[in-house]
Amino acid sequence: MKKTAEVVIIGGGISGLSIAYNLASRGMRDVVVLEKSYLFSGSTGRCGAGVRQQWGTEMNCALGKATCEIFENLNEILDFEDDIEFKQGGYLMMAITEKEVEQFKKNIELQHSMGIPSIMLTPREALDIVPELNIEGILACTFCHKDGHANPFKTMQAYAEAARRHGAEIYTYTEVTGIDVEENRIKGVHTNNGYISTEKIVIAAGAWSRQVGMLAGCEVPVRPERHQILVTEPVNPILGPMLMSFAGNIYLQQEPGGEFIMGFGPAEHETFNISSTWDFVETMCKKATRYLPYMKNVRIVRQWAGLYEMSPDAQPILGKAEEVEGVYLATGFSGHGFMFGPITGQLMAEYILGFPTTLPIDKLDVGRFKRGELIFEPSVV
Amino acid sequence: MTKSKTIICRCEDVTLEEIEAVIEKGYTSMDEIKRITRCGMGQCQGRTCRTLLLAELARATKTHPNDIKVTTYRPPVKNVKMSVILGGMEDEENS
Ligand SMILES: Cc1cc2nc3c(=O)[nH]c(=O)nc-3n(C[C@H](O)[C@H](O)[C@H](O)COP(=O)(O)OP(=O)(O)OC[C@H]3O[C@@H](n4cnc5c(N)ncnc54)[C@H](O)[C@@H]3O)c2cc1C
Repeated sequence: MKKTAEVVIIGGGISGLSIAYNLASRGMRDVVVLEKSYLFSGSTGRCGAGVRQQWGTEMNCALGKATCEIFENLNEILDFEDDIEFKQGGYLMMAITEKEVEQFKKNIELQHSMGIPSIMLTPREALDIVPELNIEGILACTFCHKDGHANPFKTMQAYAEAARRHGAEIYTYTEVTGIDVEENRIKGVHTNNGYISTEKIVIAAGAWSRQVGMLAGCEVPVRPERHQILVTEPVNPILGPMLMSFAGNIYLQQEPGGEFIMGFGPAEHETFNISSTWDFVETMCKKATRYLPYMKNVRIVRQWAGLYEMSPDAQPILGKAEEVEGVYLATGFSGHGFMFGPITGQLMAEYILGFPTTLPIDKLDVGRFKRGELIFEPSVV
Repeated sequence: MTKSKTIICRCEDVTLEEIEAVIEKGYTSMDEIKRITRCGMGQCQGRTCRTLLLAELARATKTHPNDIKVTTYRPPVKNVKMSVILGGMEDEENS
């Protein structure tokens, strides 16, 4: 392992890898990523990997649009010999309450003002897109054909390999166990495989970010929340877009290989527990067959769980820590960190190198919680 | 038989050649190889290929199979139709 680095990125998920690639490709030398386990062990390797522009705040719309544009060209940008399998089948958002219909109208207006090509549909019109949809109880839908999903493993692999080609080092099974701070500045990082001296660290440790922050004496308000998910056997393609209902609390999509992936967001206690439960499967089957009765005959192959890295307002935390010089934060994505990964890497690299950022990130700083300037996003599962 | 025709994972059509290529690239844990190649992610959930992959990895990395971490066994044990699960629930609509 290297003895010194210009920057040590803690966490080898999509955020850490994307930051590493963006720093190294902009010429930063000695970029190191430390991952305590195997490369896909964090939330990124457990996620639904949906990517959308249909959001309810200006911030998320801007991030969503920019990140989508990167995904569209990511194979070429990263010179990836394989394929990240970005499929733009759209997201079909289903409103089942009047309140949601009102919110959707506002969202569409906002999205249009930002150049996002979303449309409002009647349930009957939605049938043209998803003929198998049971529209009973659905009041209205919105659809954006630019939304979609990618293969999270391949996306991570693409970033990891591109980062390495630009000189970054990625050490797996290397856990940060201590962080040295002197006179309020970062001095170095202790791991189970040795010590690296550095003046800059990036906390991109997903649901573990608070614990890593504490090693440096920085408060990073992120808590872990378990979310479960399952995958079915592959069947013929019947579902183009991702189906999503906020009030119905469900997301469901069909992969390019034919498997369905689905989950919902139960209110859970703060936990690092990622075991799967039977309860989840039962409720999931009810929800899935309610929207797609067709699912009755489809077999479940595997279930698993991962952690959302929740921030107090469910928005990303990007920027600097306040307590110690040299501590950068890229966390708190609250269940949307996969899609934001590409733009996170770009913005954080620009920020760390002192360039103007492509999109303003000052409102996403950790200080907003103390100032009481929380950002409220109405459209989340 | 050539390596490009030796199938390690039947559900996902993963060949020995592909496994060797990712090991060569530095992915030397079962967990990483599973996720990159889909070896063991198919319908049988790695019933055959888990041991084949373990053996290949042990050989390639000169490690004793006992010292290699095996991927997690995940529920359900057998593929199960949603209707079977719903049928077991006390819900008139679905019975
Ligand atoms: C079931 C589920 C479905 C999801 N669906 C979607 C979706 O459809 N779309 C979407 O955009 N997002 C989705 N997400 C959220 C998404 O997975 C996360 O927001 C995203 O992966 C976060 O990436 P990350 O790189 O910040 O964190 P992670 O991928 O969690 O990476 C952080 C890494 O840091 C490592 N680490 C922690 N502590 C240390 C330490 N001390 N030393 C070294 N390394 C350490 C961890 O091992 C981990 O690998 C979903 C999440 C779950 C659980």
